[in-house]
Amino acid sequence: MSDTRLSVFKTYKLYVGGKFPRSESGRVYEVTDAKGKWLANAPLSSRKDARDAVVAARKAFGGWSGATAYNRGQILYRIAEMLEGRRDQYVAEVADAEGLSKSKAGLQVDAAIDRWVWYAGWTDKIAQVVGGGNPVAGPFFNLSSPEPTGVVAVLAPQESSFLGLVSVVAPVIATGNTAVVVASEKSPLPALSLGEVLATSDLPGGVVNVLSGRTAEIAAPLAAHQDVNAIDLAGADEVLAKELEIAAADNLKRVLRPQPVDDWSATPGTDRMTAFLETKTVWHPTGSLGASGSAY
Amino acid sequence: MAPVFDYAPAPESRSIVDLAPSYGLFIDGEFTEAAGGKVFKTVSPSSEEVLSEVAEATEEDVDRAVKAARKAFEKWSALPGSERAKYLFRIARIIQERSRELAVLETLDNGKPIKETRDADLPLVAAHFFYYAGWADKLDHAGYGANPRPLGVAGQVIPWNFPLLMLAWKIAPALATGNTVVLKPAETTPLSALFFADICRQAGLPKGVVNIITGDGRTGAALIAHPDVDKVAFTGSTAVGKEIARTVAGTRKKVTLELGGKGANIVFDDAPIDQAVEGIVNGIFFNQGQVCCAGSRLLVQESIHDELLDSLKRRLSTLRLGDPLDKNTDIGAINSAEQLARITALADQGEAEGAERWSPACELPSSGYWFAPTLFTKVTQAHTVARDEIFGPVLSVLTFRTPDEAVAKANNTPYGLSAGIWTEKGSRILAVANKLRAGVIWSNTFNKFDPTSPFGGYKESGFGREGGRHGLEAYLDV
Repeated sequence: MSDTRLSVFKTYKLYVGGKFPRSESGRVYEVTDAKGKWLANAPLSSRKDARDAVVAARKAFGGWSGATAYNRGQILYRIAEMLEGRRDQYVAEVADAEGLSKSKAGLQVDAAIDRWVWYAGWTDKIAQVVGGGNPVAGPFFNLSSPEPTGVVAVLAPQESSFLGLVSVVAPVIATGNTAVVVASEKSPLPALSLGEVLATSDLPGGVVNVLSGRTAEIAAPLAAHQDVNAIDLAGADEVLAKELEIAAADNLKRVLRPQPVDDWSATPGTDRMTAFLETKTVWHPTGSLGASGSAY
Repeated sequence: MAPVFDYAPAPESRSIVDLAPSYGLFIDGEFTEAAGGKVFKTVSPSSEEVLSEVAEATEEDVDRAVKAARKAFEKWSALPGSERAKYLFRIARIIQERSRELAVLETLDNGKPIKETRDADLPLVAAHFFYYAGWADKLDHAGYGANPRPLGVAGQVIPWNFPLLMLAWKIAPALATGNTVVLKPAETTPLSALFFADICRQAGLPKGVVNIITGDGRTGAALIAHPDVDKVAFTGSTAVGKEIARTVAGTRKKVTLELGGKGANIVFDDAPIDQAVEGIVNGIFFNQGQVCCAGSRLLVQESIHDELLDSLKRRLSTLRLGDPLDKNTDIGAINSAEQLARITALADQGEAEGAERWSPACELPSSGYWFAPTLFTKVTQAHTVARDEIFGPVLSVLTFRTPDEAVAKANNTPYGLSAGIWTEKGSRILAVANKLRAGVIWSNTFNKFDPTSPFGGYKESGFGREGGRHGLEAYLDV
């Protein structure tokens, strides 16, 4: 390689409906590394971008929630496979974004890959852990099953640009929801690049939509949107979180409040899945054959 | 009924399978000869062609395999669950990649139609590893308390009817929970397990975690009796299952047994007849009826008996029996001469006892082990064909008038593995299912399997469940 070769910059774009559009507003903002060095111009998403993303997520919901849990697990595992193959790219992006050494950034990326594997395994097990038959006092079959709540707006954590992002997105889609994700405001590049992996992992377009820009600006229309079913406030500060929760009350969105997270690499429980699940209980009469029949 | 069109041959190529002339025992990550050097042949049941020779493991080999598994247990069980998970995911993926090869191999060694190995066995094998891979790092959530521990070395003996699928049912949950295994495939179908050994190599599985030893019943008995085996898992006949229960009596070995069955397929007068006929055919002719959960007793409500039998006979006349590697074949070969002799003897006994025997016009190939699809009508509960597990393509037809009578007849067996219910009325399905003493009840369907769904029997069909969250318990110290 010649020293004089000029590298090719990547134009970072949004990921919406399986495509990579620019912001409809035509706006970008400057993204820098931890030392203030220019990295890229990221799209500065508008309210309209947020609404377009909701439309894409809603459109994808029927197919994704209707896919078998096994199929969703296969696709989540495929995401892990694709990420592993592009590990170096994400290590570099995370190192730049969070001011980490290559080895520390590597640990973040490894944990993010393993997180996809963790949730790949949950797709066909969550119903067995949180659902089940109920022994009602009467001649009825009675079964409770979890179902995805719908379109979930996810405000990704501000500090952990990639592991934190994956840790909040994967549990939302594992159970069959679709997501509109607002990337870390300061460090959106790893999130925008994740779209490249999602787009090549058999994940149907629109299941995950990634927006970058000012969290408060994008989150407000999402929290108030009548076709959004739930919102994860992980990336909102205390003041914004309260504002958004109030807006979300208008159509009684399920709200996951910001939780203090010291270490995103710790093994997650099931909370981030159950926060976005509905429980459906089906009754059916069992009829009666009387007391006869073999006892053995 | 004359066929309107003839089928052109549609053979699957066997060149995708590269068979070695002989295979050793897979112990501690290496293929080795058996102590004493004895070997036996495995043949293709559809042609009697010798496929390969495999080693016959002695007690000494069993001991070597158990020692390898014991040695591997310490590190394997101490691995974080997330790492064990990733090994199992790798195995699942490699099985998917090699599924065409494995399907052809399984059809060659077992005799079942390629459309079954390709569309049922292999997808289920991969799915089973996928499913249990996911459990490996989630055992705290499985309902057995925090940090449930593995048992140690599992000795596993599996049958010849679904060789690779039964291997998956045994090995996947054992490894996910942190056990190491010594597995003995059936004498007549050892090859896919030996190919699985190669998959373990490709996946980089640590040595000794999976050991495969081949041999006959004596090898299996030695494995089960080995004092350093902590867990015994067996799928096979009820007679052998009882022998195993005696062998482990007084030891600390945990046991699961998945044994025989005499499943009742109950058809009510409001059932959709065509759908029921498909289910009945699937229930007893899938895998030539060599299925422990086969619907081998058809219980028909009297008022629709004639109509249903007419439809059933018409459908049976369209089944294609022959070369298992032909993609249009519905009925393949019986697995062994021994099994064929058993089916033949029981069918002859049915006739001798006065049941009415019927088979469609069906030309059997000149070499190999074959048995035409067979129906018995005018069967009573006292007939041998209504009581004994035939494990072949033989259906006994009985009738009933009321749901109570159907339930009483269905339960009138020492077995309790499966049952089918055909009716449009949901409450009747649930009421009848409530009364049936069987571990798996299929409603308006039959022979459905899924890794998430527990499978296993009541009564003399064995105990313990395989599959689902329940399947973990068999391999945990809980």
